[in-house]
Amino acid sequence: MAHSGINVLFEGRNLIRLFGGLWTTVEIAAVALVLGLILGVILGVLRTFPNRLLRLVLRLYLEFFRIVPTVVLLFLFYYILPKQLGVNMPANQVATLVFALWTAAEMSDIVRGALISVPKHQRESGMAIGLNRLQLYRYVLIPQAVSLELPATINLVTRVIKTTSLLMLISVMDVINVGQQVVEANNQKYPTGVFWVYGIIFVMYFAIDYPLSWWAKRMDKKRLERANG
Amino acid sequence: MSSWQIIQQSLPLFEKGFVLTLWLSFLGIIGSIIVGLICSLLKYFRVPVLSQIAAVYVEISRNTPLLVQLFFLYYAFPVFGFKLNAELCGIIGLIFLGGSYMAEGFNGGFDGVAKTQVETGKAIGLSRIQLARYVVFPQGFTLSVPALAANIIFLIKETSIFTVIAIPELTNTALDLIGMYYRSNEYLLVLVIGYAIILIPLSIILTLLEKRVRYGAFGN
Repeated sequence: MAHSGINVLFEGRNLIRLFGGLWTTVEIAAVALVLGLILGVILGVLRTFPNRLLRLVLRLYLEFFRIVPTVVLLFLFYYILPKQLGVNMPANQVATLVFALWTAAEMSDIVRGALISVPKHQRESGMAIGLNRLQLYRYVLIPQAVSLELPATINLVTRVIKTTSLLMLISVMDVINVGQQVVEANNQKYPTGVFWVYGIIFVMYFAIDYPLSWWAKRMDKKRLERANG
Repeated sequence: MSSWQIIQQSLPLFEKGFVLTLWLSFLGIIGSIIVGLICSLLKYFRVPVLSQIAAVYVEISRNTPLLVQLFFLYYAFPVFGFKLNAELCGIIGLIFLGGSYMAEGFNGGFDGVAKTQVETGKAIGLSRIQLARYVVFPQGFTLSVPALAANIIFLIKETSIFTVIAIPELTNTALDLIGMYYRSNEYLLVLVIGYAIILIPLSIILTLLEKRVRYGAFGN
């Protein structure tokens, strides 16, 4: 076939453009994850403090980000930041902010869950040898919680990466948006090109997420085996 | 027009979107549970060939975004002559995605049954089928309830992505209205309330259910 659809990928700069779009996607996910995971750890620690008002506020923050679908969150920030708060940010930054806040909410719950499942005698022993609260978290609770929470955190990372597919909705030039443009520009010459363009995007996401989720699964399995003796 | 009038006039449209979101979610969740259960049983009984196919499906579905899956179904497949309407694509996409999540949920439950339970069952001479029927499944289903509940909430939220293939569900309704009348505050408020009406009571019910079935878990 002279015009086999797969050639659409090698026409001009199409493949380079797709990888450029992927880079935008990865960049936004990476920045959002770094910010979100750090903020999430802080919020998670705060949620184990005895202060009720603080816990309530953070719980409401979590529930808000849990109840509202991410698509809707993106649009909320995209429309409301400039209109109500006068903040004009490019769509890339709006998306980074939304993903970071969302990651922080989810992460806070993971961290909280891990911290409260560290055996009670650990916390009490720490207090008995005279550690203050900061030292208790720094040397006793957080190191133990990290190994408990790692698989869940990796799964969160894969979820954030998958969710970056929504970037195109607020017109970020991510890999899917570029893909759409490539499809539209080459539709005449390569009618089956659409299959290959979305196909390679499918493969790209899979290639990033599969190793991560495989790693998380393996860690979980090992822990289960240990627990079962 | 005041904000209140704007909201009032849009309510009939939102109501339609609301019903459609509920209906598509319902079909998607039922389908996902069926597909997930089948995949999980294939894995549990180590059915040759079919269990490997199920494993590959689970990995592909879990590690790719719904949006890309929908684009594939809606834009790429028609090139080869499979033309489906948007809503059918949406449901198939949601089941394709949800099936693997549900399968993982069931797997987690079955794996979570204490080894002592399985060994005791073997010791009293139960066959593999009996072991599954009387020991592993009753406990495993109970253990998988929290994961299934989380998946149900997740799948309902994922229906918001249907907007990309122009299914007039809640999100699409709001975005359409914003595009026409530029009243983003009002429509976004209704949109968030719409999801809250579905998800807040549902998550409370599911939490209660989780607490209830926890009595059924023993041996752990």
